[in-house]
Amino acid sequence: MNCVSPFLVGLLFGLGLCLSGMTNPMKVLGFLDLAGAWDPSLAFVMGGAVVVAFFAFRVAKRRGRTLSGAPLDLPTSTAIDGRLIGGSLLFGVGWGLAGLCPGPAVTDIGFLDGRAALFVVAMIAGMAVFAVLPALRAAPTAKAALEDG
Amino acid sequence: MTIDWTHFTPLSALAGGVLIGLAAAWLLLENGRILGASGLLGGLIPPRAGDRPWRAEAIFGLVLAPFVARVLFDTPSPAIAAGPATLIVAGLPVGFGTRLANGCTSGHGVCGLARLSPRSLAAILAFMAAGFATVFAVRHVL
Repeated sequence: MNCVSPFLVGLLFGLGLCLSGMTNPMKVLGFLDLAGAWDPSLAFVMGGAVVVAFFAFRVAKRRGRTLSGAPLDLPTSTAIDGRLIGGSLLFGVGWGLAGLCPGPAVTDIGFLDGRAALFVVAMIAGMAVFAVLPALRAAPTAKAALEDG
Repeated sequence: MTIDWTHFTPLSALAGGVLIGLAAAWLLLENGRILGASGLLGGLIPPRAGDRPWRAEAIFGLVLAPFVARVLFDTPSPAIAAGPATLIVAGLPVGFGTRLANGCTSGHGVCGLARLSPRSLAAILAFMAAGFATVFAVRHVL
């Protein structure tokens, strides 16, 4: 692993989450509440992030390598299967219940927020359950679990 | 549908999004990887011996971000309304589901969409639909 600055990447990521409003669950729930007073802000978060990342992926794919010349380490799975959809549905339910997804939840610990910490502990427990399920680990797509975001 | 104009913050949302995109670009161009929060955390469970603990370093950066953010711009504390029981019931499927699907809002949502991955688009449609449905149920049905 030749990344010089994962700490700074995490810091920049977290600053973006703070500035965008993603760290505030009420803002997230305001976006997910289509039937109430809808706050479309999060679509702008997504839009800004995707456009910047889109150009980065174009550069990376054209080069085929990192800036230092190391090979790219991108996900290879293209499967749209029950595992992908089922997992995403489970995630979406939890997201809608609390208004927290993994990045903002971890960042909110930095606000010294005990509720965020409790959510993250539960989230880690959910990840741990997944990690110890041998049937899922043995599935052909298990390798992808180490590759994707 | 009515727009909540009082809470609508397109400029800070867009600017924050650009920072998130830059973080993803940085990790991609420097070490060739997808920036995904569930992957950062899930990759540490269980902890693996070996190379430099870059995932833990990135997580540390995330946790420190609010301290820096408060110096740089107006940063309100998160208003987490959910009670302890809800937080536990919500956190478990978020952790399990994002590992099962190999990604969350950042890995699939931002990076997957940016690399035009149909697999990530399917994941996004699923978790957005579930999120919309859950909030609808909680706020307007139950």
